Amino acid sequence: MNILSALVFFPIAGALLIAIWPCAERTSWRMALIASAGEFLLSLKMALLFDPNSGLMQMVEQSEWIPTFGITYLLGVDGVSLGLVVLTGALTPIVVLSAWGSIQKQIRAYLAGMLLLEGAMVGSFLALDLVLFFLFWELMLIPMAILIGVWGGPRRIYSAIKFFLYTAFGSALMLVSILSLAYLHMESRNLLTFNFLILKDLILPPHVSLYLFLGFALAFAIKVPVFPFHTWLPDAHTEAPTGGSVILAGVLLKFGVYGFFRFCLPLFPDIAMRAAPWLAGLGVVGIVYGALVSMVQTDIKRLVAFSSVSHLGFCMLGLFAFTVEGMAGSLFVCLAHGVSTGALFLLVGFLYDRRHTRDISEFGGITQVMPFYAAVFVITALASAGLPGLCGFVGEFLSLAGAFLSQSLPHARLLTVAAATAVILSAVYLLWMVQRVFFGALSNDKNRRLADLTLRERCAILPLIGLMIWMGVYPEPILARMRPTLDMLRTFVMLKRGQIERELQRNDTAPDIAPAPMEKPGSPADRPPRETV
Amino acid sequence: MFLLRYIVLPPLIALLANLLLGRWWGRKTTATLACGSVLLSFLVSLRDSYYLYMITLPETRVASDVMFTWLSIGRFEIPVEFVLDPLSGAMCLIITGVGFLIHLYSVGYMWHDPGFRRFFVYLNLFIVFMLLLVLADNLLLLFVGWEGVGLCSYLLIGFWHADMKNASAGKKAFVVNRIGDLGFLIGLLLVFAAFNTLSVSEMQEIISDAIARHLPLPLAPLAATVICLCLFVGACGKSAQIPLYVWLPDAMAGPTPVSALIHAATMVTAGVYMIARLHFLYAFSPFASGVVAVVGAATAIYAAIIGLAQNDIKKVLAYSTVSQLGYMFLAVGVGAYTFGIFHLATHAFFKALLFLGSGSVIHALSGEQDLRKMGGLCRRLPVTFWTFLAGTLAIAGVWPLAGFFSKDEILIAARLAETPLISGRALFAVGLSAAFLTAFYMGRLFVMAFLGPCRVEADKQHHIHESPWTMTVPLIVLALLSAVGGAAGVYHHSFARWLSPLYGAPDAAPPAVEHFVMAASLAVAFGGLALSFLFYLQAPTLPDRLARTAGWLYRWVAEKFYVDELYEWIVVRPVYYVGVAGQAFDKHVVDRAVNWTGGGLKGAGFLLSFFQSGNVGTYAIWFLIGVSILLHVMR
Repeated sequence: MNILSALVFFPIAGALLIAIWPCAERTSWRMALIASAGEFLLSLKMALLFDPNSGLMQMVEQSEWIPTFGITYLLGVDGVSLGLVVLTGALTPIVVLSAWGSIQKQIRAYLAGMLLLEGAMVGSFLALDLVLFFLFWELMLIPMAILIGVWGGPRRIYSAIKFFLYTAFGSALMLVSILSLAYLHMESRNLLTFNFLILKDLILPPHVSLYLFLGFALAFAIKVPVFPFHTWLPDAHTEAPTGGSVILAGVLLKFGVYGFFRFCLPLFPDIAMRAAPWLAGLGVVGIVYGALVSMVQTDIKRLVAFSSVSHLGFCMLGLFAFTVEGMAGSLFVCLAHGVSTGALFLLVGFLYDRRHTRDISEFGGITQVMPFYAAVFVITALASAGLPGLCGFVGEFLSLAGAFLSQSLPHARLLTVAAATAVILSAVYLLWMVQRVFFGALSNDKNRRLADLTLRERCAILPLIGLMIWMGVYPEPILARMRPTLDMLRTFVMLKRGQIERELQRNDTAPDIAPAPMEKPGSPADRPPRETV
Repeated sequence: MFLLRYIVLPPLIALLANLLLGRWWGRKTTATLACGSVLLSFLVSLRDSYYLYMITLPETRVASDVMFTWLSIGRFEIPVEFVLDPLSGAMCLIITGVGFLIHLYSVGYMWHDPGFRRFFVYLNLFIVFMLLLVLADNLLLLFVGWEGVGLCSYLLIGFWHADMKNASAGKKAFVVNRIGDLGFLIGLLLVFAAFNTLSVSEMQEIISDAIARHLPLPLAPLAATVICLCLFVGACGKSAQIPLYVWLPDAMAGPTPVSALIHAATMVTAGVYMIARLHFLYAFSPFASGVVAVVGAATAIYAAIIGLAQNDIKKVLAYSTVSQLGYMFLAVGVGAYTFGIFHLATHAFFKALLFLGSGSVIHALSGEQDLRKMGGLCRRLPVTFWTFLAGTLAIAGVWPLAGFFSKDEILIAARLAETPLISGRALFAVGLSAAFLTAFYMGRLFVMAFLGPCRVEADKQHHIHESPWTMTVPLIVLALLSAVGGAAGVYHHSFARWLSPLYGAPDAAPPAVEHFVMAASLAVAFGGLALSFLFYLQAPTLPDRLARTAGWLYRWVAEKFYVDELYEWIVVRPVYYVGVAGQAFDKHVVDRAVNWTGGGLKGAGFLLSFFQSGNVGTYAIWFLIGVSILLHVMR
């Protein structure tokens, strides 16, 4: 079996096994632990097999699936998805480890859901057939919504439904775009396929690709989330169980950025570049807005959730700078945010398990009873605030620098300076929270007996701390694996954009040759055959 | 053969050992490791600087050591590379030398503190980042050190975190520094946009190459000004200049050795170092240099005025530090880089001495910091008294102590300066007035602490004691350095010659100016000291009477011109309320729009559900209506 298929189906098989195998809860927990650890080792093996000098799709696996509709089973990994898959592999065992003792009911179902989610996420990162991608994309929605809806906080149903509907709304439009894309490809080249590697060479007239782009972009923008599509996030985070929040922040949000990278840029380079000022601008708005709103939160988890809005803004800014530095920064922010914010949610969960509240005013002076916990929390907060030497800085700096040096982004310098104010604001909201929770006198009597982290909790958090330091001090191995892919992606985008422009000019001189099919997103399939001129 | 990385590594290894294994060994081992590693760094720096000195051609006195590639993507290629030249060599010696003495002092000062190990881990970490800052060739790596020392400052100011006041002071320091860092970061990006590199040596090469071959320079005068001003914002944050100085007085909440090491001798001088390092950029922008000089001079006098009316011994020293840093900026602003660094060095000696001396006093008085509750300590703390005297005279600028020489050189340079913003005479006048105030407030501090009647509270009287040897030995060594450091630096222009590969040989000032400035600065030094002795020793009621006569003026100064309150009202609160407004907007506008969309769809579904009545007859009618409309349309 190819390693990519193994990566997708190993956790799903684990999920099924845990779901149907009747045994003690502790045994299922151990099984889940072994399955997720095995998955992590598999992802590491994939990273070792990955050739860092190639920017092409690697370890590609292709077989027929539904030949009638041109749907194939197609998996592959490149520099964009590699890091994200390994991140997924690394976070899941940590989440499983932290679940014991934290999840009070139906832990087996929880663990099975988590592993199923992992399989779906890995599948989404690796799938290169649009239908397969969409399948995994929707598949990960369901376990996540269930995780929030069953194991969540008091307003879990509201949040779960909001999360589900909001993201499903986006993906519905994406499905329309996918179908139209395949249809248009069949029309112009007489080949029905959902193979992304073939579809990405398709050149569409701008007014068509605009609609298709919007279909994709809305789905991804909701997922990122880009301001103003972010309001599902704080609710989902606040209500989700710890593990759900970790995965949500750590991996799920990254699908938005990944989608822009994987689909929006190569499929619609011209539109993407025209939309860049808007999306990068919204990213900057998100950076500042998220930070400001984060500052006034009273619930620690909500604060961290809004900080995610702020951090993910850097992804948008770097990505739409269309420079290699910015794109690398964008991807690196994804990874760093996955580690540091994942760790923050984990840590907030540890505190919640002890006190069953996340209200900042309930705490104060926690360092005196939980010194180890305080130390790791401060390190994580600093990593999140972008302190050089920890993971956050590398990505943020590269995003900012990439945007600053961008040739294609209008007002690039202004946007960068506005985004850079997050340097101040992130220090304000994180350190202020740290101060109110950890420092000062131990004023609340309920906190007097809090126990420091247990061995299990330490095992869960310390690997993440190690990752934060490693990614900050020696990010070179990670960047090296992104470099060829990003170089190629950028070249491809620029070339294809040039080609589209040339084609446009040709059409301007001879407008009556092959007018582009006018598509209304919504009814591509049952449209009558186009009359040829 | 240079061993640059071995300057940085010993404290790093020591801190990791103490952090990970420290719980299994005692305080003695922790202290030995922490102090020994810094001593080792000092010895390696000494050795490397000596090797540097042995290179015959001064222009080639540069050594570098690449450890590994940190970042490389696109146009960025940033190695972890250390570069030793006369400037960084001097800085390394100050950092590790003074740093070692303060480590040693801390062993005694912190011995009974439960956070002993944590303290030394932070202190070692600080040394690592500070060395990284001065040894880095790449500006981004310098920025790592720059932020790293800020982190250590944050951790050490809030070291006693159970008191919310300390934690707040730490956070304030970090946030204000970050405001500066924003400027630094933007400056950094602008540098990259102009030079396509962040390596200082490469930048210098590009410029000298362009000059040598008469090519157009890579940056326009306006761009140079913007870059220099952005970087100066960073320097203002780190080095506590107007308007970002507000964090430093609060930073005195940290343990006193921290105040000595970080907030007097080393970290706060990073801004001066950075400008001295990038002198070739500032050379392009007389305007930016002028701004540096004006801000420096203004800070020097402003902080000195505030220092006059403070009663906390550490607060006086803190404002004094702000003021002396102003002098350094004045120096680098008027192009006297050598003397700016020279004053940095002498200031490191005497200000570290003064802080450690005040620490010794505080230690002896069981934590008392109020000058009004001291007095008459000269007999009880003889070593502290005599060393403190040396420090006071040195900072006041009494010949032949260190401060006299460095301050004198700066004043001469200011007098001869030609800046587009302000005349050299004005800068000189401001500098001289600040020197007078310095002599006055230091004399005041000295008299109130050590002379006159003892005003110590009764319960603290009986355990006034001289400090242990680990604390007095650093005091004595620093007193010696404060006494002879200045003279040694000007002897045959040894310090200027050491830095000459960077800044060239200093021009000799006209003798008339030199003698005039020397006489004036000696006069104000003695005048200030004498006046303070008159005020606080001969006629102790006089200051109070004066304060009462000029009531509001005195209160205004004593309350630090209400700048903290001003910032609270024009910056802190507005930002907070913008956040509150954003939160309300998020809840009532953005999220409501989402929920209304959902609700609207739900309502539409409800209305449409009336069509699904289940009645076949109704369906048939609707069908008929539909078909007739269709037929009508398609006709």
